[in-house]
Amino acid sequence: MPDPSFVFAQCLSGLTAAMFLFLIASGLSLIFGVLRVLNFAHGTFYMLGAYTTFQIVQWLGTGPGTFWLAALGAAAAVALLGAVVERFLFRHLYGKEELYQLLFTYALVLVLSDVAKIFWGTQQKSVSRPAGLTGSFSLFGATIPYYNLFILLLGPAIALAFWFVLQRTRTGRFIRAAALDRETLGALGVNVNALYTGVFVLASFLGGLGGALVTPVRTIVPGMDTEIIVEAFVVVVIGGLGSFWGTFLGSLIYGQVLSFGILFFPRFSIFSVFALMAAVLVIRPWGLLGRPLK
Amino acid sequence: MTFLRRIPWGWLIFIAAFFVPALGSRYYTFLANDVVIWALFATSLNLLVGYTGLVSFGHAAYFGIGAYTTGILMKKAGVTFLLAFPAAGVVAALFAAVFGFFCVRLTRIYFAMLTLACAQIVWAICFKWNEVTGGEQGMPEIPYPSFDWVESVAAWVPGVGGYRTSEYFYFLSLVLVAAALWMLRRITRSPFGRMLTTIRENPERAEFIGVNVRRYELAAFVLAGAFAGLAGGLFGIFNRGVFPDFAYWTKSSEVLIMTLLGGMGTFAGPSVGALVLLWLNQQIVSYTQYWPLILGSILVLLLFVFPGGIAGAVEGLWRWTRRRAHA
Repeated sequence: MPDPSFVFAQCLSGLTAAMFLFLIASGLSLIFGVLRVLNFAHGTFYMLGAYTTFQIVQWLGTGPGTFWLAALGAAAAVALLGAVVERFLFRHLYGKEELYQLLFTYALVLVLSDVAKIFWGTQQKSVSRPAGLTGSFSLFGATIPYYNLFILLLGPAIALAFWFVLQRTRTGRFIRAAALDRETLGALGVNVNALYTGVFVLASFLGGLGGALVTPVRTIVPGMDTEIIVEAFVVVVIGGLGSFWGTFLGSLIYGQVLSFGILFFPRFSIFSVFALMAAVLVIRPWGLLGRPLK
Repeated sequence: MTFLRRIPWGWLIFIAAFFVPALGSRYYTFLANDVVIWALFATSLNLLVGYTGLVSFGHAAYFGIGAYTTGILMKKAGVTFLLAFPAAGVVAALFAAVFGFFCVRLTRIYFAMLTLACAQIVWAICFKWNEVTGGEQGMPEIPYPSFDWVESVAAWVPGVGGYRTSEYFYFLSLVLVAAALWMLRRITRSPFGRMLTTIRENPERAEFIGVNVRRYELAAFVLAGAFAGLAGGLFGIFNRGVFPDFAYWTKSSEVLIMTLLGGMGTFAGPSVGALVLLWLNQQIVSYTQYWPLILGSILVLLLFVFPGGIAGAVEGLWRWTRRRAHA
């Protein structure tokens, strides 16, 4: 048995990974829940968020607060891109076969990741931790960077904010209604097209923000998009496609399985998460907290 | 113009393909070999997506399994190609039977997700199981099958020998793929194949008339997996190495794009898609490194303008000219 402080550190690192994944997977799950589309390009939005953050930090220098400005700017830029994509392209595929929608989002992956290569090359990039969060502290013998603590607090905060918007506001009610029955909602006089664009933009914003916030802890490389999207798929499938708390739960499970998997069975850690995903699909295709699709 | 339909196109193309090495360029032989193998891979996927209406997002798994099976048998166990090649199909079919058993219980998006998950499991195993698969580094230097016997035949029959090993391998792939495609053609035209199309059109109705839909879908899944495995077995040798990304999910999308480009639900479509896509790839890669950008743009164009792919566009043109002729 490894010593407790090590287990604690491992658990925390799993939690941090889970919070990043939640940021990305929540957008993916939202798009699936409302638009009924699996968006492969969501991982690419995450990557673009990371690159844009790097770019803005380059422009602004490393003064206090620039990182936060860059992160928000990047998320906003990605959200804008999401709006353009939804409004001019994606919208025309809603009535079509699922395969066409899947392949369209994959086409976006191909195009956008190459565009990122044109702008930023293939060299890996990194962003230093924001001023004020550079140090670390120790707790029960584990060293925890302040930035990770910030992420650990931010994840649940965003989850709560998200929950509040969905459950307690008028827009949230519309979004939930659109997930259940788009046509009836339209017949009741709600502008469903605008709502869809809004959902896509919100999801893209979250994806971009996830990419922006991950830059201080991971290097930015081409290929990070196709890697993260599969992880995000695993998370939403485990939790339940379109289920909000399911995504949160899925992220937590993924983070812990991966970090303890690396500890005990280093060879099978990746294998175990995909096996978990397959097992959930076999036993409960709609996920742990999801509801079966009609 | 109906005489066009009577020409045995398959035979003509098969015979013409034998003359590719005679063009004298190693590059053309290389490209043709690539096309031939991918044509089989894409056609096997079409049996699922086009004929049965099951959108698999993890078809690369069986391609990868086939490639590893042949590769491991030939490189590590020194097994002859005669056994290692069919083994690729058998092992891929076994995996497809296990995964497929669970996959066909799900519908639509969940089916796609589970096939993706299964493919990622295969990829993760190939990626990590260093002792057997070579792990992340893959398995380079898969040997070519021995063609010594051809030389001994050539001593008796004039005009047979004198080719490079890679050219012999091209002939071998050509014959094997042609045989596999012929079998697939027979399958799609058989009562079994017709039933698959019925299931694609309306699974509930097929169930009502007493068809065991799941069993048919599973059979299609296993067959598609087996043929993808055979394609993989050839590809590993052709590629001179087997790597984990053969089974990665982006590979599954590539072959889907190929199938869509050629035209789903038509038998020759995926092969045409393989030819066009690989040729374009070779052309474009010599000008720019941004092939994915071009591929993505082609895909967008296909989805929005030609959802029927090349075969669909040709068929549209054909109908249009017929209508003009009748008017």
